[in-house]
Amino acid sequence: MNRISQCLQACKQEGRKALVTYIVHGDPGLEHTLPSMHRLVEEGADIIELGIPFSDPMAEGPVIQRGHERALANGASLTNAMELVSQFRQNNKHTPVVLMGYANPIERMGYSKLASSAAKAGVDGLLTVDLPPEEAEALNVELKQQGLENIFLIAPTTTEARMADITALAGGFVYYVSLKGVTGAGHLDVTSVQQKVEQIRKYTGLPVLVGFGIKDKDTAKAIGAVSDGVVVGSLLVKAMGEGESHDLKSICDHLASLIKPIRKGLDEL
Amino acid sequence: MSTEVKNIDYSAMPDEKGHFGIFGGRFVSETLMHALDELQEIYSRVKDDPEFLAEFDKDLAHYVGRPSPLYLAEHLSEKLGGAQVYLKREDLNHTGAHKINNTIGQALLAKHTGKTRVIAETGAGQHGVATATVAARLGLECVVYMGAEDVQRQALNVYRMKLLGATVVPVTSGSKTLKDAMNEAMRDWVTNVDDTFYIIGTVAGPHPYPQLVRDFQCVIGREARAQCLAQAGRLPDALVACVGGGSNAIGLFHPFLNDQSVKMYGVEAGGYGVETGKHAAPLNDGVPGILHGNRTYLMEDENGQIIETHSVSAGLDYPGVGPEHSWLKDTGRVDYVAINDDEAMASFRSLTKIEGIMPALESSHAVAYAEKLAPTMGKDEIIVVNLSGRGDKDILTVAKIDGIEV
Repeated sequence: MNRISQCLQACKQEGRKALVTYIVHGDPGLEHTLPSMHRLVEEGADIIELGIPFSDPMAEGPVIQRGHERALANGASLTNAMELVSQFRQNNKHTPVVLMGYANPIERMGYSKLASSAAKAGVDGLLTVDLPPEEAEALNVELKQQGLENIFLIAPTTTEARMADITALAGGFVYYVSLKGVTGAGHLDVTSVQQKVEQIRKYTGLPVLVGFGIKDKDTAKAIGAVSDGVVVGSLLVKAMGEGESHDLKSICDHLASLIKPIRKGLDEL
Repeated sequence: MSTEVKNIDYSAMPDEKGHFGIFGGRFVSETLMHALDELQEIYSRVKDDPEFLAEFDKDLAHYVGRPSPLYLAEHLSEKLGGAQVYLKREDLNHTGAHKINNTIGQALLAKHTGKTRVIAETGAGQHGVATATVAARLGLECVVYMGAEDVQRQALNVYRMKLLGATVVPVTSGSKTLKDAMNEAMRDWVTNVDDTFYIIGTVAGPHPYPQLVRDFQCVIGREARAQCLAQAGRLPDALVACVGGGSNAIGLFHPFLNDQSVKMYGVEAGGYGVETGKHAAPLNDGVPGILHGNRTYLMEDENGQIIETHSVSAGLDYPGVGPEHSWLKDTGRVDYVAINDDEAMASFRSLTKIEGIMPALESSHAVAYAEKLAPTMGKDEIIVVNLSGRGDKDILTVAKIDGIEV
């Protein structure tokens, strides 16, 4: 079984809400990513979502946009992200890693090479923001062959008819985008998230995790209560790239100080 | 690599999912998929509706001033000593370029959707002005995204948009030019999808935009075809148009695509020269990739990151191109060539002096290629050049190159 399913099944059995943490590969420096991943796991992250920087990150708010710009300036790429995941796997065999990014870098690498390199590196899933199910068929075939999950987004604007189509192809978990907007936006509506998550559950038994707009213990707890877990991104990217110090230890400590209360909040549920 | 494919019905594209061969499609985040489905549904309902088309035609006639003339440039033709060169005078449209054909059409669509706010991206500012114009007329709120660099370079158009009541938002992310403006417009749309209609300015973006923008721009080619038959008694032998995103070119080319005798040349911005890498000519020197909602030829690095482009003309300064052009390149139906900055500047000056017509720097690329092509053709042959816009907006750029402060 794929690590993502194993992890989320274990969470379910333990009654634990899943915490997915997103950071950008190579931000603020190439050397920061690996230690940050390990620290996030230590502090209670269940899944690591590693952002692959892109020159034109259309779905991102300003915080993650700047993260992508910093990472690109440092020479981060899909290729060296795979190397990084291999290094991560030397010390961690159990935490699922999902690469999240945009279609063009994977198109450039080629779907077949991408899938085989990712599997070899120890990647577990892929989430490609601008590759909806309608355009994902060729990639799906390659990912499936390598035992990788293709994770899809469902949005507040997704109709029930589309939900059926998306969940038919989705693997790992469903990522519900909590709001109409870009990453890091601030207008979270818990009631509407709850309704939508219930709707999604009619179509799939996959865990439903919710991201966009989760910024502290309270929002994490509110959303965790109506879903299987939360994704935290902009909060961490801001801490890593726009904190007072780029010193590795202070960055890791800063991450820990943000993650601890969120983990605690989720565990209170 | 081009492979000649015969017996294609060019009018039948794209397929129902918006694909032109491997190009086109719909590569956007899930939040926008429903809005695109909705737009496609509305567009397929109205595109053959006589009432909608009559409204569109009426606006084109009485507000835009169509049909635009097809003008035989006798002095230019004589100087070149070959084919007769006709200019399709899109520069005479209201607001000074072909862009208004599309914004009129999309504004009518916006009206049908009941949305009260329109947004647009703009590079040189022509599409922004054309959008602000139709928004002013229909009483719609209008926000235009423009790269911070372009806001500086195109101050006159920024002020025009403001006078028309639009809000111009300078975009400071990425390379601060047209592609970043398009990213930001997409972000706005994702956030305000309930009440906002995105008026895309070229034949790119996710399906159905490349199709509907093309359809609205095809008035150029339909008129040119009828005018050429009426004035010269025959079809042209060659069509020439500049290609940034490619809306004026597709508008001219499309109604002629099934006329096998008509050759077509799309002219990309060669910047400092295609061989220097500093240009905006993805069809000459790019690879297929995915950007702004569609698969098309792009300028990118070995990691699939989009690279910065250069052209003297802000309207051509874009790393991608409409997907139908990518397909027309690969089928071999259209030849895509490049004209450098200095060649375009020379043609800007020569057309102004010889014919008393000041072309936009974008259109000057098409004129420059026609100047190369005409002498290789016979005097009984005909070239139609799309003069997509007027050059008034570029006077400050030209003066700066001349070292003059206006």
